[in-house]
Amino acid sequence: MVSDVSLVAGRGEVTALLGANGAGKTTTIECAQGLQKRSGGSISLLGEDPGNAGAELRSRVGVMLQDGGLPPSARPLPLLRHIAGMYRNPRPLDELVQRLGIDAFSRTTVRRLSGGQKQRLALAAALIGNPEVLFLDEPSAGLDPQSRQLVFGLISELRNSGMGIILTTHLMDDAQRLADYVYIIDAGRNVAEGTVAQLLQHTPDMTRKDHIRTLHFEALPGLDFTGVLPAEVEIRETRAGSYSATGVLTPEDLAALTAWWAAHGVMPGSMSMEARSLEDVFLDISGREAR
Amino acid sequence: MTTVTGSAPAPLLRRILLQGQYEAMTMLRNGEQLILAIVLPLLAMVGLTVTPLLDGLGDSRINVAVPGILALCAMSTAFTGQGISTGFDRRYGVLRFLSTTPLGRTGLIAGKIIAVLAVLFLQVLIVSGIALTLGWRPDPAGWLPGTGLLILGAAAFTALGLLVAGTVRPEATLAITNLLWILLGALGGIVIPAPRLPGPAQDAVHFLPSGALGQGLRDAFLHGAVDGAAVLILLLWLVVAGAAAIRWFKWN
Repeated sequence: MVSDVSLVAGRGEVTALLGANGAGKTTTIECAQGLQKRSGGSISLLGEDPGNAGAELRSRVGVMLQDGGLPPSARPLPLLRHIAGMYRNPRPLDELVQRLGIDAFSRTTVRRLSGGQKQRLALAAALIGNPEVLFLDEPSAGLDPQSRQLVFGLISELRNSGMGIILTTHLMDDAQRLADYVYIIDAGRNVAEGTVAQLLQHTPDMTRKDHIRTLHFEALPGLDFTGVLPAEVEIRETRAGSYSATGVLTPEDLAALTAWWAAHGVMPGSMSMEARSLEDVFLDISGREAR
Repeated sequence: MTTVTGSAPAPLLRRILLQGQYEAMTMLRNGEQLILAIVLPLLAMVGLTVTPLLDGLGDSRINVAVPGILALCAMSTAFTGQGISTGFDRRYGVLRFLSTTPLGRTGLIAGKIIAVLAVLFLQVLIVSGIALTLGWRPDPAGWLPGTGLLILGAAAFTALGLLVAGTVRPEATLAITNLLWILLGALGGIVIPAPRLPGPAQDAVHFLPSGALGQGLRDAFLHGAVDGAAVLILLLWLVVAGAAAIRWFKWN
């Protein structure tokens, strides 16, 4: 049940609803699409209430459902041609089919397509009417890396052309790669929002001035770093020769570490540093227990 | 990608006709549906003309048999065929997806009605063509009321099919609509007139959509008569099943 969600999605932006399974993401966007009746609250889609959307409004909105919504016995090309017939000026079919690689399986029935092929076909079906607003419910579900690249590239391109895109995902990586603005949904409420960069700054413990980073490096196995870094920084050997130091790292900490390396003649094979991932933020906010 | 400006729906009539055509083609490509829609009714027609079951109810066996076979065709397509395909479309989210396109829910239902009528038209063409060559001699005055009754019957059976498809799982829809097709086909007064049925069924079948449609079509094609009671009962089924389907149909 969704009880307290408030969000705005704009043109030329990708807005992501991020949350665990069952958090209320699908319910929220299905209300926005007019697929589910809501018992309260208000929704405005292109200035109208989606609850009683007419054909005019529906033609301006493209929808990709989580389960695809494609008839198993249909073949991709005739199906897309049929859906295109519902619009006055649909997108050129050939271009869409080629762009999403559908030509490779255009005569295979939907029931025999792979998960990624179904997703690409469902995306084409959502785009064929040339919508101004695009809803994508878990767009990367079932995508192999190549399809993912293809689909994500297209989504970014559509965003840049001015389309307003709203997607749901439970994958932090999707949100981090695609979204201009993220709403974190948990138990039917939105609990945090912001650009990816803003969310990454979010620290539940407000006494911490800076945010947590992790430094990874590879060197000889079995090195003892006791006393090199402050006690709050956790440094451990994750596997032989692979080390990670996690905490509120300061430039002084880095200097201390590299000085220790210099003193002991240690030259790391590789080193990298990352800020908190969106996943950390998400888990901090919505709790770490599986449910 | 090419920038296309302005999204707009195709005209309502075009959307509905497209959907009707698409669904009709889907039904005609489905082997199981073709067996139910054409092969089994034709087998029943042959069966009734080579056995003495209908003797004494009209001037020839085939004249008594064919109107019931036409009624059976309507039940096959509108009730069992449409019920099963809608049930599975619901399972796979097809109804939900199409309702987000300019077609919408109303267009989807209108498209289904057109598909049922188009397939029924083909069935009537094939069945009556074969029946005429086998010696069927319908009362010419029966075509007008007969056509009207077939459409009314198809509408009532479509409403019933959608009611089942929209309220239970597709596997259950498959079982229920097939079982009812067999039961109503054998004992529902549709191909076998009430006087030839077991005692208790004789009066009951007049109130069933199957019995009303079968009897109405026999009155039309045997005597060129309009069976007012049959029309009334079919209308009642249409209104009740239609209202129930509107009330309880679940789209997902």
